[in-house]
Amino acid sequence: MIRRLTWFNATALTFGFTFLYLPIVLLIIYSFNESKLVTVWGGFSTKWYGELMRNEAMLDAAWVTLRVAVFSASIATALGTMAAIVLVRAGRFPSRTLFSGMVYAPLVMPEVITGLSLLLLFIAIGLDRGMLTIILAHTTFAMCYVAVVVSSRLVTFDQSLEEAAADLGASPLDTFFSVTLPIIAPAVVAGWLLAFTLSLDDLVIASFNTGPGATTLPIKIYSAVRLGVSPEINALSTILISIVTVGVITASLLQKRLVRRGYQVE
Amino acid sequence: MNKGWRRAVLIAVPYLWLLFFFLVPFIIVLKISLSDTAIAMPPYVPTFSLSEGWSGIQNFFSGLDFENFAWLLDDRLYINSYLSSLWIALVSTFLTLIVGFPLAYGMTRAPESWRPRLLMLIILPFWTSFLIRVYAWIGILKTEGLLNQFLLWLGVINDPLIIMNTNTAVYIGIVYSYLPFMVLPIYSTLDKMDDSLLEAAIDLGCSKISAFWRITVPLALPGIAAGCFLVFIPAVGEFVIPDLLGGSQTLMIGKTLWNEFFSNRDWPVASAVAIVLLLLLVVPILIFQRMLEREQEGSK
Repeated sequence: MIRRLTWFNATALTFGFTFLYLPIVLLIIYSFNESKLVTVWGGFSTKWYGELMRNEAMLDAAWVTLRVAVFSASIATALGTMAAIVLVRAGRFPSRTLFSGMVYAPLVMPEVITGLSLLLLFIAIGLDRGMLTIILAHTTFAMCYVAVVVSSRLVTFDQSLEEAAADLGASPLDTFFSVTLPIIAPAVVAGWLLAFTLSLDDLVIASFNTGPGATTLPIKIYSAVRLGVSPEINALSTILISIVTVGVITASLLQKRLVRRGYQVE
Repeated sequence: MNKGWRRAVLIAVPYLWLLFFFLVPFIIVLKISLSDTAIAMPPYVPTFSLSEGWSGIQNFFSGLDFENFAWLLDDRLYINSYLSSLWIALVSTFLTLIVGFPLAYGMTRAPESWRPRLLMLIILPFWTSFLIRVYAWIGILKTEGLLNQFLLWLGVINDPLIIMNTNTAVYIGIVYSYLPFMVLPIYSTLDKMDDSLLEAAIDLGCSKISAFWRITVPLALPGIAAGCFLVFIPAVGEFVIPDLLGGSQTLMIGKTLWNEFFSNRDWPVASAVAIVLLLLLVVPILIFQRMLEREQEGSK
């Protein structure tokens, strides 16, 4: 057996995971700090959570963020899945290279450029900045992530299943909804979740494209953080981290089940 | 609906969306980078308007000026920002590789049953807010922060270290935030590796260390390259990390663009900064796109 966990590998793992998790653990611990000075321990307290619940502006921002994320993730999933099918299945068509370039480029494009260019587009077409512009901006960059996730699933599955369905008289739409979609479902779900969290997290693109009444949570957190560390932000971060952790673990369990069902179909 | 028509719709919908929301905006950025600054809303003088027809097109070509780009060349601030962004991104990519490779390697050597959970632990921070993860470091790195408290308590240092608001803090922030992007591609190439190659090398008298350098590392190169691109490209244009962890002397182009846009409200110069940044990244982005496409074709 050549793959062994030597002391060197064990050290690398311990060091790596400590580095990844220690800052988050400290952040959570200090959200329960009585003292207003974030780095001085003043005893256990949950008062910052209470404070947060009474912060109307923060709650409004959370509601805006949630709506933006749901809408943009849903549109991005539909568009991204279509883009993935085009990339993997549509064969050759004019300017295919341009298309695949436009799908892959946003993945590595610096956010400041994406944000600035979209803002200038919205001004050029006279669209007022607000929730709609943030949704459009998030949809555009998230659909590319969805396309990559879905296309990696599409390339690995057996196309003869679709051919069999077509031979047995299913219309192409029937084939898509009763054969293709169930098989790629885990990837589509993963794509939606990815698009949702990307939108939830984004500060830079949202800052460029926001307008009055459309302050998202990251914009709110950023302006608070610029003024210094505050225990209220620690409390908010802890809540967000808990939601994401529960969400990701649930999703992965769910996905495992979907994958298993997917294999049965195959 | 006939088949050709349906295919055309399938292609057209995402195609037109990307054309309109991705490509057209860049053309607008290019256009504004060539126009003059104005004190109005929007704060620039349009170089080209469609309503003027043919004369508009003529005016467009006669009105083109590279003033904003000349300005970028003139002012040391911009050149220094570009160079220092490239340097900071390069150093951080290297540091991320140093931290990420042993981690990815260790993961492939862990017992089979641990691996899905370890993989999950690598991916999990990626799902939690970037902003929050950067924020977490402020409390640690501050002069009166947790790291200094700990080191002073240990007695390793007598005076607090100044890390916050320096480039060191920016390096730590980038390595921390982008670590999953480095670990995942390396892990997937190492995991796919055929162990019998290593066994054969050792049977033939190769030492374990030289087998590592002559077999494992070359075979992991695609993963290493993918990881490096995934860290380097976004790091060059990074804004949040240098803004929150770096100091006033930390120059990065993403931050300069942001300030030009939000503080100076100089949109033409901000657009010119964006165009130059894009030109710097075109080559790495194209290489990266090729790699992705090849991988997709390879797995078919």
